[in-house]
Amino acid sequence: MNQAIRNSWIVAIALFVLLFGSISYVQFFDADSLNANPSNNRQLLKTFCSDRGPILVGGHPIAESVATDSDCKYQRKYNDPLLYAGLTGFFSKYAGQYGLESAMRDELAGTTNEALFDRISQAFTGVRPQGQSVALTIDPAIQKMAYDMIPDGVAGSIVVMNPKTGAIVAMVSKPSYDTNLMASHDQASVDAAYAKLVNVPGIDLFGSAAYKQTYAPGSVFKLVDTAAALASGKYNKDSVLPNPAAMKFPGIAYTLPNYLYGQCDTQDKASFTFALENSCNTPFASIALDLGQDAITAQADKFGFNDKSLTFPDAVTASQFPGSSGKLDGPALARSAIGQQDVTATPLQIAMMTAAIANDGKQMKPNLVQTVRTPDLKTVETLKPEVLRQSTTPEIAHQIRDWMVSVVDNGIAGAAAVPGVQVAGKTGTAEVGNTGLNNAWFTGFAPANDPQYVVTIMMPNVDVPTGAALTSPNASKLFKAVLKK
Amino acid sequence: MSQLMTVAKPRRNIELLLLVLALGMGVMANALVNLNLGRTFDNDFYTQAAVLAGLSLAVHVTLRFRAKYADPVILPVTVALNGLGLAVIHRLDIVTGDTAGQRQWLWTGLAVAAAVSVLWLLKDHRVLRRYTYISLALSAFLLILPLVPGISAGDVNGATVWIKLGPFSFQPGEIAKITLAIFFAGYLSSNRDLILLAGKRLGRLQLPRIRDLGPMIVAWIASVGVLVFQHDLGTSILFFGLFMVMIYVATSRISWVFIGLVLMAVGGYAAYSIFPHVTRRIDTWIHALDPQYIGANGGSFQVVEGLFGMANGGLLGTGLGEGSPDSVPLANSDMIIASIGEELGLVGLFAVVCLYALLIGRGFRAALGTRDSFGKLLAVGLSFAFALQCFVIIGGVTRLIPLTGLTTPFLAAGGSSLLANWIIVALLLKISNAARRPAESAAKPDDQSRKEVPAS
Repeated sequence: MNQAIRNSWIVAIALFVLLFGSISYVQFFDADSLNANPSNNRQLLKTFCSDRGPILVGGHPIAESVATDSDCKYQRKYNDPLLYAGLTGFFSKYAGQYGLESAMRDELAGTTNEALFDRISQAFTGVRPQGQSVALTIDPAIQKMAYDMIPDGVAGSIVVMNPKTGAIVAMVSKPSYDTNLMASHDQASVDAAYAKLVNVPGIDLFGSAAYKQTYAPGSVFKLVDTAAALASGKYNKDSVLPNPAAMKFPGIAYTLPNYLYGQCDTQDKASFTFALENSCNTPFASIALDLGQDAITAQADKFGFNDKSLTFPDAVTASQFPGSSGKLDGPALARSAIGQQDVTATPLQIAMMTAAIANDGKQMKPNLVQTVRTPDLKTVETLKPEVLRQSTTPEIAHQIRDWMVSVVDNGIAGAAAVPGVQVAGKTGTAEVGNTGLNNAWFTGFAPANDPQYVVTIMMPNVDVPTGAALTSPNASKLFKAVLKK
Repeated sequence: MSQLMTVAKPRRNIELLLLVLALGMGVMANALVNLNLGRTFDNDFYTQAAVLAGLSLAVHVTLRFRAKYADPVILPVTVALNGLGLAVIHRLDIVTGDTAGQRQWLWTGLAVAAAVSVLWLLKDHRVLRRYTYISLALSAFLLILPLVPGISAGDVNGATVWIKLGPFSFQPGEIAKITLAIFFAGYLSSNRDLILLAGKRLGRLQLPRIRDLGPMIVAWIASVGVLVFQHDLGTSILFFGLFMVMIYVATSRISWVFIGLVLMAVGGYAAYSIFPHVTRRIDTWIHALDPQYIGANGGSFQVVEGLFGMANGGLLGTGLGEGSPDSVPLANSDMIIASIGEELGLVGLFAVVCLYALLIGRGFRAALGTRDSFGKLLAVGLSFAFALQCFVIIGGVTRLIPLTGLTTPFLAAGGSSLLANWIIVALLLKISNAARRPAESAAKPDDQSRKEVPAS
């Protein structure tokens, strides 16, 4: 009997050994991955009432922690929330954390791995970790100007970036909202505000529409076709492209019409210059049909489409070509080539593509964060320009630049011109279903010979005259402001 | 059978010394809670410290009179666990505004009173052998109670194991753990020869007669019945394990344990296939971290929140009062291990598990040392039930196995569990007293030469 008792004891001990193993696994080996689990809000709970670092623009805090006299000692306060809602996101116990508040949470809470040594000494001294300050690349004057350009009641996004460094100078979207509503310590009011805002069309509570929402890019996508055509070697700057008023497909009743608002219908053959200046559809559709879907996809990828991993530092929604359709038939490929069908892009993606053309074909990683500093003003992180990918050759980039200059000088983006500065630009007008409304785009850069700024403007669901009035002329104003002309 | 002879010394003074350490642990934990959560050291704090010390001393003094040779480690370990549990429950009360701490104090008092009564009134554990069949009837009665309309508390967190009498709710299954162990020990110690020797042989396998196994089958049905009718997987595993270990210790036949495990595996698989709540529980365990299961009604939210809490605690823990264990549902009862893991860290949880291992080890030691087979079986059964209970609940919280609603002995908020476990401790103390006291001049002949009867 005693031997059986000893054996049972061994079984009991074996059970305890298993427990030691599973406790070690949860609290040590798997702890990092559990702490990083997206469903885990412990970090948020731990830091919710603590003094987080500020987010700074032009030296002034746009998000800061202010002392309260309740048990929860600090509350997040947003200054100029409408202007910056899409960038800061919010930090809420009840609605979650988004935007920079989420992407930079370790820095803002002062719990980065770099701060490990500080944390160890804090563990002994009893001092709580202190948040680091995050200074943005945003120029507050340009940000304000861009925001005011979008009329109330109209949705829209504007991105201004530096093509050489990837630094975001301005990024706005409308409609916006007051992020302070989400940061409240009163759950009922947060829940009510959330329920109301989440249903407002055009508001993306989880980040600016400029990098979270995708739209049909329309004719700005023709820049991809152009780059693909030149890269293939089958086309050069003097190629003559077919320009029928309507493109027919064998055996199908469907025809693809040319662009109605330019001078496309005046000739049935077109140079790249003419096709781009007037934004004709059929020449680019024929390029795509000639090169095939894979060649266009490859060039789109090189400009950053279909990239699901980009962060700046918040995660950017992937722009898509060809989108959900997979293998495209002739008409679908033709429509995709002019930025319709299932092709979608974020305004940030279009700005990045333009920046690659402006920067000799080198696409820089976009970034919002200029510097991260500890409370004692030690700089722990500073913006390092980083090449994301080589989108095209310098020669092709220069050629496309020249054509984009003539789109502004002689073509349909004339309103974007700035006296004394060469501006390169491209417009886009993408039909939105059968609503008769369009996504109106402008994307361009200046000065063309030494590009300093890229401006991308996007107004979804507007009629053609409104779109034209809100895009190119505003781009001109922004170029004047940033170039101080 | 071989007797493990220890020099017969009472060791009550060592117990007193260890008790001071154990009390220190509970009181210091409570002090930390007050310090970290900004509470003042009001009268409550000193009263509680005094009450805990008084209760411990009451048991200690009782032992000096009634079980002088009892194991000196069991009581301090129990007091340490009980005190830590009280501190953690108090800590959670402060954040949640609950009053579970007060109820736990009340139940601790009642439980210790019950333990002291057992120690005073029960002259020798062998007396319990007379109540073998009464214990079986009582077990059946206790297990059926939660299903009786009128006093049943209905479905609570998916299991029908509670009864409600006025303001008190009670889990009769906790007490049934003791009565079943008494029944198994009494029945097996009386009938092991019959079970072993009577009956047909089938090849090398000695089959027992059905009538000798009858009561055992009844007990087995009880454990399966708990699963089927009360949806309580944890208690079912506990009873089954109790049954297996006692029959193994009684007969030394490992083959029967294998047969039992195969039966249980078949039963388990059938339950998984037939009962949707078992299927859901297993699926929820496997896919616990899948957001779809976290968000689901009755999904893995509880266990995943517990894991997040424990990961948050890491090696050293956040410190008592510094974490947020209150975001785990049932943080002070089913999930108290996660609360301890978060605030006291891996180190603290290891210490708690070591305390359990120590307690269970002393129980097994009493089983080895005591001279009668009834006492051996009872001590092994009760100790192994503790071990299994710790394994099922701590394993469930750490996602080693699916989470079931067993209580964490001495730590978790809950009166019935506390009461039952203190009574078990009293029984183990009694048995260890029998094991360690100087040998009686005439050992009972029926307990000798039973070690290996050739299975002729």
